[in-house]
Amino acid sequence: MSIYLKIKHKLQPMLPFITLLALLPVWEFICWFAKVPNFVLPSPSEIISAFLNVEITRWLDHSWATLRVALLGFALSIAISIPLAVIMVRSQFLTKTLFPLLVVIQSTPVVAIAPLLIVILGSGEAPRLAITCLITFFPLVVAATTGMLATPPELIELSKSLRASPVKEIWQIRLPYAIPHIFSGLKVAVTLAIIGAVIAEFVAAEKGLGYFVQFSTSYFKIPQAFAALIFLSIMSLVLFKAVHWIQTLYFSWSLPAQEK
Amino acid sequence: MQPYVSFEHVGHTYTLANGQSVNALNDVNFQINKHEFVAVVGPSGCGKSTLLRLLSGLIQPTQGQVKVFNQSITQPRDDVGIVFQKPTLLPWLSVLDNVLFPLKHKYGVVAKKDKEQALLLIEMVGLKDFSQRRPDQLSGGMQQRVGIARALLLDPDILIMDEPFSALDALTREEMGFELLKIWNEKPKTVLFITHSISEAVLLADKVFVMSERPGTLAEAINIDLPRPRSLQTIQDSLFSNYTSRIRKHIYKQANIEDVSTKTVA
Ligand SMILES: Nc1ncnc2c1ncn2[C@@H]1O[C@H](COP(=O)(O)OP(=O)(O)OP(=O)(O)O)[C@@H](O)[C@H]1O
Ligand SMILES: [Mg+2]
Repeated sequence: MSIYLKIKHKLQPMLPFITLLALLPVWEFICWFAKVPNFVLPSPSEIISAFLNVEITRWLDHSWATLRVALLGFALSIAISIPLAVIMVRSQFLTKTLFPLLVVIQSTPVVAIAPLLIVILGSGEAPRLAITCLITFFPLVVAATTGMLATPPELIELSKSLRASPVKEIWQIRLPYAIPHIFSGLKVAVTLAIIGAVIAEFVAAEKGLGYFVQFSTSYFKIPQAFAALIFLSIMSLVLFKAVHWIQTLYFSWSLPAQEK
Repeated sequence: MQPYVSFEHVGHTYTLANGQSVNALNDVNFQINKHEFVAVVGPSGCGKSTLLRLLSGLIQPTQGQVKVFNQSITQPRDDVGIVFQKPTLLPWLSVLDNVLFPLKHKYGVVAKKDKEQALLLIEMVGLKDFSQRRPDQLSGGMQQRVGIARALLLDPDILIMDEPFSALDALTREEMGFELLKIWNEKPKTVLFITHSISEAVLLADKVFVMSERPGTLAEAINIDLPRPRSLQTIQDSLFSNYTSRIRKHIYKQANIEDVSTKTVA
């Protein structure tokens, strides 16, 4: 490998950051030059000073609250959607009855259901988890079902010819076969989980980054809201990467050929 | 000698989800002796794979009976090994674990001696240095060998192979054929070998079954009296080309093509 290629290889993962860093002065300059009012678009320096004005423990507090809801809701969503997918793969009848129902639930805007959920489930953590779960489960169910149904029929025949139980067929053949699909679903769902948590906080919360964005805008502290937004983006990015790392670490065989 | 496998007036009709039915096989009768190597040739869609599913007990005939040692097959048997058209290995398992998979899947436990047996099989199919590799690191031919080793793990009395070499190039294909004969020689079994290639059928088998168009039935059973062990020499034998042209004629007669001699078929 030439030195040029080596450097290119090393820099590749950093490229988005480098691009962003390069854009910051441009952004700053435009805000200063065009005298953009800070409630339209605050400049990077304003955002940074807004960030520094809030104690770091408060940031961490809000971030942790959002992260906690996102992760718990995400976990709950996995715990519900994988068994649901298994059930649908096992039974044609249930697929026909359940699937349209799932599509209806999926296509109802979560933002519209959120206030209802809070009335139903009270003001604790339950409605927030439910909202996160609602927004993340669909891609997971679809991914897991598609993956399990994509299992080559020969493998199913192999299982049948060995007279193995249906549980073993699912556990040792269909589910592992669905892993590449499931991880695609997980990557979509984990970023949706953050969105779910934020929606929930918009509707009812006294903590969390979503709450903090709303709180800041209502006091016209736009740079502070932007700082919170940046926290949210970073969190999404880290979660997405974390899912990818888990796949690379434990299921490297399931990565697409180009990523191996 | 008492026949080992016998099909008695076997017919099979698939019922589709929309209620329509497809008559795949009709009144099939044949017998196979123990440790005989039988090849099945026939046009696409004539019911060869259906034959395989019936013998393996994966499906039940809608007419007639399939018997092994005079006992009707009512469910998948323990002594049948299947090699599928595509290798269909489990991508998350190593070669060794793929070969061991039937044991693991059926009984849940794998003893030390099973592992040794699996390694022997892997060596036999020429993949000694690859036992820890994953399938995606193997060529198509290597994967198919793993599929064969997997089918041999439970040391089945009956080995059913559905166009096992069809995905391979001509050279590898020939090589694999001879390898299969070597294995069959070392561990005699009753083999039902489905193929599209007439020359492959003649080269490998004791008996060739020629099937007719759908609804498939057995058009002719031809004994291949070529000396064993078979080798590349066998192909030069004038008897060999006699057999292949006879089978070819038979297939073209079905397809109503008059002039056989000018046609070349693999
Ligand atoms: N599961 C199934 N359901 C309905 N019809 C089927 C099914 N499997 C096979 N058939 C039909 O039965 C007929 C025979 O199929 P089969 O797979 O046995 O043919 P084949 O000889 O193996 O063909 P090929 O050489 O192309 O593999 C075909 O017309 C096919 O459409
Ligand atoms: Mg077939």
